Amino acid sequence: MDVRLTNEQQQLRDAAAKLADDLGPGAVQDLADDTRLGRLEKAVATTGWRSLRSDGASGVEVAIVAEEFGRGLVDIPFLGPVLADDLRRHVSDDQQTWAIAIDGEATDARGLARALVLSGNRISAGRVGAVVPGADLTRGFAEVLEPFEPLGDLSTEDIERWHALAVLVTSADLVGTSRGAQTLAVDYAKVREQYGNAIGSYQAVAHLLAESQALIEGSVSVLRHAAWAVDELSPGEAQQAARVAKIYCARAARTVCETAIQVHGGIGNTWECLAHVYLRRALTSTELFPVRLEEMHRGLS
Amino acid sequence: MDFRDSPEEAAFRDRLRSWLADTAKRFPTSGDEYWERQPEWHRTLYGAGFFGLSWPTEYGGQELPPVYDVILDEELAIAGAPARPSLGYLVIGLGRHGSEKLRRTFLPGMIDGTERWCQGFSEPGAGSDLAALTTTATRDGDNYVIHGHKIWTSYSDVADWCLLLARTEPDKPRHRGLSAFIVPMKQPGIEQRPLQMMSGVTKEFGQVLFDGATVPAENMVGAPGEGWALAMTVVGHEREPSTLGFAARYDKLLRDLVARSEGSPSAELAWAAVQTEMLRLHVRRRLSEQLDGVSHGSEGSLDKLLMTWVEQSVGHAAVSEAGARDTDMLGAYLYSRAQSVMGGTSQIQKNIIASRILGLGV
Repeated sequence: MDVRLTNEQQQLRDAAAKLADDLGPGAVQDLADDTRLGRLEKAVATTGWRSLRSDGASGVEVAIVAEEFGRGLVDIPFLGPVLADDLRRHVSDDQQTWAIAIDGEATDARGLARALVLSGNRISAGRVGAVVPGADLTRGFAEVLEPFEPLGDLSTEDIERWHALAVLVTSADLVGTSRGAQTLAVDYAKVREQYGNAIGSYQAVAHLLAESQALIEGSVSVLRHAAWAVDELSPGEAQQAARVAKIYCARAARTVCETAIQVHGGIGNTWECLAHVYLRRALTSTELFPVRLEEMHRGLS
Repeated sequence: MDFRDSPEEAAFRDRLRSWLADTAKRFPTSGDEYWERQPEWHRTLYGAGFFGLSWPTEYGGQELPPVYDVILDEELAIAGAPARPSLGYLVIGLGRHGSEKLRRTFLPGMIDGTERWCQGFSEPGAGSDLAALTTTATRDGDNYVIHGHKIWTSYSDVADWCLLLARTEPDKPRHRGLSAFIVPMKQPGIEQRPLQMMSGVTKEFGQVLFDGATVPAENMVGAPGEGWALAMTVVGHEREPSTLGFAARYDKLLRDLVARSEGSPSAELAWAAVQTEMLRLHVRRRLSEQLDGVSHGSEGSLDKLLMTWVEQSVGHAAVSEAGARDTDMLGAYLYSRAQSVMGGTSQIQKNIIASRILGLGV
């Protein structure tokens, strides 16, 4: 047993982190900066990370990029295209950037023309239509328009593994979101002063942030296993590992984001503070490929 | 990256599993019955080659990688056996701070279970603030003479030896005036006053009054005034799930509860199951990080907090599934409340995380 990241995986993490730090939104007003968005889109397109799966990468690599993009609130499509690519690779060499359609809606579709539609075991291509409003300020949703052009039929195993990947990628996004919100809150607690001291020096504030840190550590550990499991365990086991990760990481992310808002006080409840951008992203990733606690009985026997 | 057992690890697991099939059910896993037979369980586990796995061979261990302890914990839980005795922090403390002579004299008996040990750190006036302790050890010829009151001293009434922290230099600043000793417990000048825990257990918790008990000066661990360093090593490792082996206890309890729930677990039980799985995977990540030579200091406080949440969520599931009239499950629940106190309270762990990991200057 050795569950460390390889050197190559650490390099991928560092590269994804740098890209997100350099070109992600550092403040709420950056969300509307089209010049920045254009540079971010170009940079991500150059990396080829949206076609990691068709290039032979494992679930671990996909999770690494998704986590860093969540941490940096990367606001151009990644999750949707990487999941579309994972299904399409079985029938086509095409590596174009498509959204993924879930329940008749194109997910992570900002600026994209086409969406991959999964129905039963059949995958098809649809067109992306009008924008559908959502909570997330960093990722877009849209209608999917017929006609659907059939691409092929996949095996049940391929689809189950894809589903494990989808639950995993949203979990990775949640871990990144937690980490980003925690950094925002810890940095603020070091500079905001009340009663003549930084608020982070008071135990009432410090203990909230310590709890968040422990939740993040637990999240990283369950995520690591689910990421490995996507390709290394049976489809059923991979799905169960992903479910465990999703439940833990989603609960953790909501608490960590809420703590970040609380630590910011009044400012934390304003539109100008990035904390709600993290919370909105966390809520959205929780609802994508959702897992309910009641489903855990499948693994309890 | 690989979460699977290596061929060697898998062979060990198989061997352990077949041994446990015959042995596991012979030993009680909780309550006074467990504590009464813990010495026998310890020696049986050791005798079969399944205890002291990661410790040095020269003191009776097997020098296997720490992951073997995790395999042991997992299989103990699956088999419904008691958890392994929690001695790791004493072995590490004595191993790191004791002289070669002390290590050779004391570690083999501690590891093979022929000699019983307790840890004399906390006092009525020195709990979280350990450096406030007032028990004194005063030099008298070749001996030190001890006066003071220790509390929360697990298994003190059956112990042969106590790793004791006492004040030897009252004039020095409080952290620098402490020394550590290996004190023989079967002697005059020691009075045992056992405590009954709220779960009803009477064979675990103790308090000890030292009134003129003696310890040979050569039993001092480290130099005079260096007791604090040893104490920090011991409490640091007292926070590590992989050192403690408690996970086997939660995991077993969880399995019992799942079996009772007959396929429709409550939300509390499902959440306890998710958290228990988290801890299992978390320990694996931590042990892998040790392969890089990363030694965890303050991170132990994160792990202790996670472990506490797991035990207490399993405790909540125990009462919600079985009800408070179920003596065993009520006992498990009540016992779980101690986890956020023993080995450093959750509040102290959060202070450590906030100041040393987050840099918040608490």
